[in-house]
Amino acid sequence: MKIKLQNKIAINIIRIIAALVVVILLFLLGDILISGVPHISWHFLTSASQSFASGGGIGVQLFNSIYLLLLTLIISFPISLGAGIFLSEYAPKNIFTSIVRMAIEVLSSLPSVVVGLFGFLLFVVQFQMGFSILSGAIALTFFNLPLLTRNIEESLRAVPDLQREAGMALGLSKWRTVTRVILPEALPGIITGVVLGAGRVFGEAAALIYTAGQSATNIDFGNWNPFNAASPLNLMRPAETLAVHIWKINSEGVMPDASAVSAGASAVLIIVVLLFNIFARIIGNSLYRKLTATK
Amino acid sequence: MSIEKYDFNEKNILHFKQDKHQIAIATHVLQVYYGNKHALVDGDLEFERYRITSLIGASGSGKSTYLRSLNRMNDNVAKVEGKIIYRGLDVNSSKINVYEMRKHIGMVFQRPNPFSKSIRANITFALKEQGLKDKKKLDEIVELSLKDAALWDEVKDDLDKSAWSLSGGQQQRLCIARTIAMKPDILLLDEPASALDPISTSKIEETLVELKKRYTIIIVTHNMQQASRISDYTAFFHMGHILEYGKTKNVFTTPQIRATNDYISGNFG
Repeated sequence: MKIKLQNKIAINIIRIIAALVVVILLFLLGDILISGVPHISWHFLTSASQSFASGGGIGVQLFNSIYLLLLTLIISFPISLGAGIFLSEYAPKNIFTSIVRMAIEVLSSLPSVVVGLFGFLLFVVQFQMGFSILSGAIALTFFNLPLLTRNIEESLRAVPDLQREAGMALGLSKWRTVTRVILPEALPGIITGVVLGAGRVFGEAAALIYTAGQSATNIDFGNWNPFNAASPLNLMRPAETLAVHIWKINSEGVMPDASAVSAGASAVLIIVVLLFNIFARIIGNSLYRKLTATK
Repeated sequence: MSIEKYDFNEKNILHFKQDKHQIAIATHVLQVYYGNKHALVDGDLEFERYRITSLIGASGSGKSTYLRSLNRMNDNVAKVEGKIIYRGLDVNSSKINVYEMRKHIGMVFQRPNPFSKSIRANITFALKEQGLKDKKKLDEIVELSLKDAALWDEVKDDLDKSAWSLSGGQQQRLCIARTIAMKPDILLLDEPASALDPISTSKIEETLVELKKRYTIIIVTHNMQQASRISDYTAFFHMGHILEYGKTKNVFTTPQIRATNDYISGNFG
């Protein structure tokens, strides 16, 4: 009897804790969305921000965030793909491999503000890249690399060894087996990881304050020459992202509608990150279904 | 029941007369080590062409280890010494192009392992990797190898469906089809039916008996009925030693070695 009671109490405590997590999330989301969504309009999403007057939007910041995210992925994906393949398929059990593993672990536990400061000192100052999208993208790469590498390694590892043997037994080299058999099979997991990582990168602020900068220069959306300073594609222009914008408005915003802009921008940020999460699930599941032909 | 000690020097191994028989593949004093463990001792076997040879023995007796050494699938996990003679070449030599060799000595594994591709692509994949592009030729090979593996009638309308939509037995026959599409000489099968139900098992067995007209088949099996049903020759493995090798009928009815007798009458294993 006593054991049954204990069991009951324990299960209920665990249930309450689990429910608490959901309640906290719902409360947070609800609060941000309720106060922010009313401020979202087409004008808000597309127009430039204002420093002193009210009625400013987040168009440039939104574009910067997306552009920076794409650049980060372009830089970090190939590197982590290579590192992930090495760690899962080729790495021998030796000191070198454990050093690589430890490096990835340390990198993933670095506070993002430290990564930002490092990027500031090295890229912005030492390499004279200035506050620029490129500096920001490299800083975010440091941030994204360990997550992505771990994700790719684990996705590859999850493919059964039988598949490797199948490829080898048909006379394929190890490399061809990895690229043509193992990688496609690991793809759903990899894509899910990339999209989830993208959500985290999208919302990152601390690493960008000192690297991509805090000013949204006026950019001309009619000019797509990446070498022109006013072009949205220019890599060397400072680029305030959505998350940095929110931080800045709340710390030093002087426009009359600062709190409204901040609430609206926060809501947009949360919605985009949520969309990333939902997309990750949908893409992962549908790819998995397609590969395994289960309905 | 205590484990009996057998004399490993007491062996009864069949050797073919070179002039009368065609030998597809043979091993001479093959040794396999996993680290310090000597997993296979002095493996000396000759396999006759177009016959099915069963390798039987208890778990851990070295039969799978031996089989996997024949097409060098043990390269990364074990140290293999000795000679594996195939077409006058030593397959175990470091000069051999392993990838090319595996096209001649194909392998089917214990658990079905089709690629997560369509049924058709499972067969064409390795051929395309070799540079075969001709669509008509590829379709032809798909049909022929599926027919050889006795799977054609069941899948001919669903060739573009994923291979994972097939049943376990069908998947295993697809794996056989995929292997014979490479036109190997020798087919190695590592307990191909141990994960399958009896009906699928008997289909695989029928397929193998049909296939031996054109392929030399070496099969590891736990199932002694299976060995006696389908194989022409049987080799008995015990604790890393090959103790008896001969015509299946002889090995099962008049075993010359006490260990073989004890094993096939179910005293251990």
